Amino acid sequence: MNEAVLEKLKILAESAKYDVSCASSGTSRRNTSSGIGSATGWGICHSFAEDGRCISLLKIMLTNHCIYDCAYCINRRSNDLKRATFSVTELVNLTIEFYRRNYIEGLFLSSGVVRNPDYTMERLVRVAKELRLNHRYNGYIHLKSIPGASRELINEAGLYADRLSVNIEIPNEQSLQLLAPDKNFQSVFTPMRYIRQGILENLEDRKKFRKVPRFAPAGQSTQMIIGASPDQDKDILHLSSALYQRPTLKRVYYSGFVPVNEYDPRLPALKQPPLVRENRLYQADWLMRFYHFKAEEIANEAYPDLDLEIDPKLAWALRHPEKFPVDINKADYEMILRVPGIGVKSAKLILVSRRYGKLGSQQLQKMGIVLKKARYFITCQELPYQTIQEIHPDQVRKILTNKNTGRKREDPRQLKLQFEDD
Amino acid sequence: MVVFTYDKTFEGLLTALFEAYYYKIFPDLLWAEQEPLPLFYDRVIPVYTDEEKSKRVWQGLQKKLSRGGLSFLTITWLSELADVDMLLFRYMRKNIDSPQSIELNFGDPDVLKISQIWKKVNQEKHRLLQFTRFQKTADDIFFAVFEPRYNVLPLTTPHFQNRFSDQKWLLYDVKRKYGYYYDLSEVTEVYFSSETTPFQNGKLSEEYLAADEKLFQQLWKQYFKSIAIRERLNPKLHRQNMPARFWKYLTEKQD
Repeated sequence: MNEAVLEKLKILAESAKYDVSCASSGTSRRNTSSGIGSATGWGICHSFAEDGRCISLLKIMLTNHCIYDCAYCINRRSNDLKRATFSVTELVNLTIEFYRRNYIEGLFLSSGVVRNPDYTMERLVRVAKELRLNHRYNGYIHLKSIPGASRELINEAGLYADRLSVNIEIPNEQSLQLLAPDKNFQSVFTPMRYIRQGILENLEDRKKFRKVPRFAPAGQSTQMIIGASPDQDKDILHLSSALYQRPTLKRVYYSGFVPVNEYDPRLPALKQPPLVRENRLYQADWLMRFYHFKAEEIANEAYPDLDLEIDPKLAWALRHPEKFPVDINKADYEMILRVPGIGVKSAKLILVSRRYGKLGSQQLQKMGIVLKKARYFITCQELPYQTIQEIHPDQVRKILTNKNTGRKREDPRQLKLQFEDD
Repeated sequence: MVVFTYDKTFEGLLTALFEAYYYKIFPDLLWAEQEPLPLFYDRVIPVYTDEEKSKRVWQGLQKKLSRGGLSFLTITWLSELADVDMLLFRYMRKNIDSPQSIELNFGDPDVLKISQIWKKVNQEKHRLLQFTRFQKTADDIFFAVFEPRYNVLPLTTPHFQNRFSDQKWLLYDVKRKYGYYYDLSEVTEVYFSSETTPFQNGKLSEEYLAADEKLFQQLWKQYFKSIAIRERLNPKLHRQNMPARFWKYLTEKQD
C-alpha cells in the first residue's frame, strides 16, 4: 500500500461511479470464528456522497482499460483518459482495511473488458475468491458478470459473490446496437440466464443437502440508462416488469444519463441528467414491487410516458376516479395501498389498528398518512372533505400541484368552494 | 396530585407499577428521588427499587406482550426522554388492564407515541452502525468515538462483536462518558478518566495511531470525493441522509 494506490483509487472510482447499484441487502451471513465480517439482511449505508447517494460498498473497477467502444460509457476505448489497473492483492487489501474501519459494507467490483470476457471475468473471480478463502471475509461481495463470460466462470463467481449483475444499459435492442456495436441483447441475457439457472439449481440442491454452499444468495440485479436512447417509459417499465417476473432478479436500477461523451452525435444533447424522470421511474418500479401495480396500469399506449409533475400513483388515481373514495375502515389492503398519500407501512398500521375501533382523520394524520393528498381519495370516521367524486380530477390535480409559496397560508377551517375557473 | 418518587432506573419503574397496583393508588407524576419536589402535590409516595417486585411485573408483562412489545418497552426507555417514564407507565397499565394486549392499537395516542420513540431510538442505533469510523491505534485496537442522541451504545455491541470478532475494538460515548472494549473474547464496559482521555474532538493524537492509519484515512477521503457525480450534486439530500451532527466524527468529512 502506498501513494500509487491513491492515484489508482482515484481513477478507478471515477470510472465506476456511474453504476448506480449500491445495495448490500438480501443476504444474511454470520461471522465465522476467526473470520472477519458479516452481512446483515438489510444492508447498511456507511456514508453518503455529496450527490446524496448512498455509499455502502467500495464501488470500484479492477481496470478501466476496455476493448469496447460503447457510446454512453466514460471508459470507452476511444476516450482519452487516465487508465489504471489494480493488482488483485492491492484490491483485496484495500477492501479488508476499509472494512475493518467500518467504512464499507463490502465490495462492488466491476471491470472494463481486457483481452476477452473470460480473461476479465477470471480476474474478478480471483478477487472474490481470495477475499473469501484467504481472508475468511464474510462481508458483502457484488460482482459484475462480464457479458460473454463462460458459464463455468459465472458458476464459480456465484460461489463467492452475494450478488451478480449484468447491465442491460439500453432498454431496446436496436438502440443498443446503435450505441454499443459490440454488444447485443443476447450477450446480456445469456449470463443473466446462467445466473438464474445457477441460483435455481442451488436452491434445489439445498433442499436435498443442507450443507451445500449458497450460490449468489442476494440474487441478481441490472441497470438501465435513462435518456440516452429515445425509448418511452412504457417500454422501460414493460421490460422491468418482464424481468421481475423471472425468479432471482431482485432489482432493476435506472440511471439518469449523464452526458459523458458529449462529442458523440449518436447521443442526445442533454443539459442535465433527467433526474425527475429517473425518480418517477423508481416510483413506478416501487409501485410494481410493493404496491401490486401492473406495468400497463402505470404506463400504456394512452399514457406512454410518466407524468413528470405528479407521482405515478397519484396519476393513476386521477385517471381512475371511479375507484374512489376508499373507506379506510372497511376497504381491503390492496385498495388502501392504492390511495395516494398512504404507503405500505401506514397501510399495515391502518389494518392492525382498525380492529380496535374506527379510525378518524386525526389518528390517520398521526400515523403518518399524508392527508393533504389522501383526503381527496378516502372517507373515514368523520371527514367533511370533498373527495374526488365531488371535485373534478383536474381540479384535484391543480390543487395538489399548486406550489403554495407560504406567503399567504390558507386557514384550514375555511370551507373552500371549487369553481371551474379557479 | 399523587407523586411517586423513584431512582430513575427501569427496575424502579417496574417496582413503581407494582406498588401502584398493590396500594391501588396511581401516580399523576413520576419524579426522580434526588430532585426537589414540584410546587403543588397532595401526596408523595417513595418507591424503593426492589428486584423481586420488578421481576414479578416483568413476568406478568411477558405473559401479556409479544417479544416485540417487550422490546418496545426497553428500547423506548433508552431514549432517556424527559417524560418517557410516565408514558411507559401508562402503556404498561393499559396493557395490564385490558383483556388482551393493546400493543397493535396504533389509534391509541400512547401506543403510537411509544412506537414513534421506538423508531427514533432504533434509527439512532442504525446511524451508529452506519457512521462509526474506527481509527487503528499502534497497539492494534480499533477505536471509535461518538455522541448519540439516545443511549443506544449497548444496542450496537452485538453487531460489532459479530462483525469484527477478530480485531480488538473500543467504542466510546463521549456524551455519557462510557464505552465498550472488546478484547477478542468478551466485551467489557470502560471509562476514561478526564486526565487520560487520549483523543480530542474524536481524533486520536498522532502518537497513538498505527503507522498506516493516515494513509487509509487519506484513501477513504479520496474515494469519497471521487465517487460523487458532480453533475448530480444534491447537498440537501446529502445532509438529510448524513446529518451534520455526525460530521464531527466522520473521517471523510474532516480535512
